[in-house]
Amino acid sequence: MSNPGAASLEFFATRYNIDSAAMSSLLSIALSRGGDFAELFFEHRTNSAIQWEDQRVKSASRNVAQGVGIRVVKGDAIGYAYTESLEMEAMRRAAETASRIGTDDERPTPMDATPYLTTASFYSTSDPLTDEPAIRKVALLERADRAARGFDNSIARLDASIGDELKYVMVARSDGKVVGDIQPLIRFNVSALSQDGQSRQVARTGGGGRMGIEYFERVTPEELARDAARQAVLQQGAVEAPAGVLPVVLAAGDSGVLLHEAVGHGLEADFNRKGTSNYSGRVGQSVASPLVTVVDDGTIVDSRGSINVDDEGNLTTRNVLIEDGTLRGYLHDEVSARHFGVAPSGSGRRQTFKDYIMPRMTNTFMLPGQSTSEEIIRSVDRGIYAVSYSGGQVNISNGDFVFSVTEAYMIEGGKVTAPLKNVMLIGNGPDVLSKVTAVGNDYQLSDGRWTCGKDGQSVPVGVGMPTVLVSGITVGGTKA
Amino acid sequence: MEGPTPLEIARNVVALARRAGAEQCDAIVSMYTEANVTVRLGELEKLIEAGGMSLGLRVINGGRTAVCSTSDLSPLALERFAVETVDLASISEPDEFAGLPEPELLSRVTNADGMGLYDERIETLSTEEKIRMAKDCEGAAFAFDKRINNSDGASLSTRIGQLALANSYGFEGAYPATSISLMIEAIADDEEGKKRNGYWYTAERALHRMVDAEQVGKIAARRTVDQLGARKVATKRVPVVFEPMMTIALMGDLVGCATGGALYRGATFLANRNGEVIGSPLVSIVDDPTAQGRLGTRPFDGEGVAARKNQIFSAGHFSHFLFDCYTARRTSNHTTGSAQRGVESLPAPGASTLQFEPGRDDPESIVAGVSEGLYLTALMGNGFNPTTGDYSRGAAGFWIENGRLAYPVTEVNISGQMEAMLAGVDMVGNDLSWFGSSAAPTIRIKEMMVAGT
Repeated sequence: MSNPGAASLEFFATRYNIDSAAMSSLLSIALSRGGDFAELFFEHRTNSAIQWEDQRVKSASRNVAQGVGIRVVKGDAIGYAYTESLEMEAMRRAAETASRIGTDDERPTPMDATPYLTTASFYSTSDPLTDEPAIRKVALLERADRAARGFDNSIARLDASIGDELKYVMVARSDGKVVGDIQPLIRFNVSALSQDGQSRQVARTGGGGRMGIEYFERVTPEELARDAARQAVLQQGAVEAPAGVLPVVLAAGDSGVLLHEAVGHGLEADFNRKGTSNYSGRVGQSVASPLVTVVDDGTIVDSRGSINVDDEGNLTTRNVLIEDGTLRGYLHDEVSARHFGVAPSGSGRRQTFKDYIMPRMTNTFMLPGQSTSEEIIRSVDRGIYAVSYSGGQVNISNGDFVFSVTEAYMIEGGKVTAPLKNVMLIGNGPDVLSKVTAVGNDYQLSDGRWTCGKDGQSVPVGVGMPTVLVSGITVGGTKA
Repeated sequence: MEGPTPLEIARNVVALARRAGAEQCDAIVSMYTEANVTVRLGELEKLIEAGGMSLGLRVINGGRTAVCSTSDLSPLALERFAVETVDLASISEPDEFAGLPEPELLSRVTNADGMGLYDERIETLSTEEKIRMAKDCEGAAFAFDKRINNSDGASLSTRIGQLALANSYGFEGAYPATSISLMIEAIADDEEGKKRNGYWYTAERALHRMVDAEQVGKIAARRTVDQLGARKVATKRVPVVFEPMMTIALMGDLVGCATGGALYRGATFLANRNGEVIGSPLVSIVDDPTAQGRLGTRPFDGEGVAARKNQIFSAGHFSHFLFDCYTARRTSNHTTGSAQRGVESLPAPGASTLQFEPGRDDPESIVAGVSEGLYLTALMGNGFNPTTGDYSRGAAGFWIENGRLAYPVTEVNISGQMEAMLAGVDMVGNDLSWFGSSAAPTIRIKEMMVAGT
């Protein structure tokens, strides 16, 4: 894609006749009752997926969605409407509906929408996966199946899927700016079942990014499938986990999901604007161990969480949230940036045109420190080594979180020993960050498998982490 | 709204797919308008109104399956869409179990008349009335206790929809349905800069069945201030009392294991256990999509099979799995009319209107019988392994001492094994409570591991 911004504007103009004049007219209707700011968000999205089960293609699917979401901001209040039809009449009605958050009598405001060309290009793909013939995708699924079954005799099933998305977006704002982007996304999932007598264990993994088929030059289907198979087999021999407060070593990579949940959400500015986050009003204060620096960066090439522009048309940036333990700032969308009198941080995101904008994370990670992972593990007499996760949840208002750890081990006498089953980590974000006593030099970005949910909206994100030692987290095991 | 009805579109696209070479196909069309008002700190914060219509088409050709969806419903686009879906099916490999329901299984009831799914009052409810309800709700939360000093807002949502399903055997069904919900989150400041929050909601098909707006606000406020001063407890094995909303969460995890999809994938600890006694005699769970006027109620399932009541657990006895046609054929069973289906996806079996049947105990007497234990009011995270039944989730609530709620508890974890937990249900309340599409009473599990300090 030469310039995704220009190509997307061209797409909407030729396919739906949505040109500068049409956008100016819609924005004018949207602001006709005295709103402060209005924006049109056009989207055309194609999702394809192939499901693999029982050593064959079970089904194929293709979903196309299109529409426009129209937002009018008046003070802190928002009027919002959307339509799945990109016909002018339907869009006019939606603009009229959204305008009603304004209270003035109708008075048309002339608007001028001007294309603004962005040069950012954080997706290196030349051909999105949607253009690949299905037979090539099926071949990747077959390879995964063979690899998992070849890994261990106990692997009785492999379910896999390959999914891709190609999203054209265009944002037209009442300040005249019109910005477009074309966002590719690929995702490969595997789920392996190990059956040993009556004992069954299922393990899942996956990967992807804002890439096309070239993703598989970096990570092969075989590697993903063997990893799921390895975890399922490992669980067959896993022992009950201890319960209580223990030192926990968070492995590099996937552990970033803990940072995302336990800290990241509390730094999204909507919660802080409303004073509902435990980080509200704490910019400039110490909120973590001095070893901790946390960054949200939407500009990492090919990463699942990256975007060239956010869904309000602002350029994506690198935002330092916590620096050497001190809170530096929040993630902003337009509304919160106005409220705090700062520049938007390129963090305004939405799941689809049907959904309203919120400040969201992109790729969130902790910067590396000085220690080696060996030193960190060796320093622990009795604790937990947490490697991979199935997900987690946080209570934004106080930072309390829980995590399900799908691959974890005991650390005994400075050595990683038995695999553990059923491990939960329960704690509090700020508390855990204050208990970080070592940070490794082995930073890793996780493979692109994470999706973040907030207020019912899901967006793809990236996470990353070096090896980190937390001096104490409550481990929810079953063994006293 | 002008233009063809959802049923006309479904019928049309089935005909187009047949003409394009589909042996079997069915189409689902969903049309809706939705609205939301959110009030925060007494001011209108968000006003959303929107609508749309989208279509999903499943084609099965020689056992090869494809499913496609679109919201571009112009006649020209529909024709191309039908052809593309038929073409896409050729990617799949033949699966002898794929196929529409046998014609004799298709529901003879093709509308929802008399089922209480539509409330005309939702249509006439004005924006001003909605804002008033949200303001009353939030106002009641602030008025309940002066320690409530913030709110994430009170939000009222309505939806008016029309669902249509048609298939190549000639089944044609359609029904309108409404829903309305009101939710609020109240916030208070605790010591050490911590905040405590509590939320509450009501969700129904009809306005008159909703919990009163002020009552919703008061409950959220009470749940918030009740958590002030919450602390961890020492790790130990104790009885755990689940309040009704928590019983619903537990029941959801359990019933996910009782679906045909989990069964044929080998991903459930209940595999091949139907007919066995798995829980205590106090455990009875029913899924009843024919229940009058509930959010999960429907006349037919996502494949057009007649809705019916399914007793999943009966006095501790695991009676049967929930099936759609595919998973039933696949495991030599019969469909239970449990196909769930969205526009974008293939049918898959799941629960509609779940109920954990109430027992005889007063909820107070259940707590009164505990000398030391946990009263559970919140669960966090997803720590349930359906394949093994291992259960482990973050939890909050109250510590019970000598039969009374002594103090609030947070940042703890409860764990156990689902089968042992079901066997350990030793008291079931008479306080059946509905939340959305499910209902349950207070229950007590004899012993679980509570992990804290």
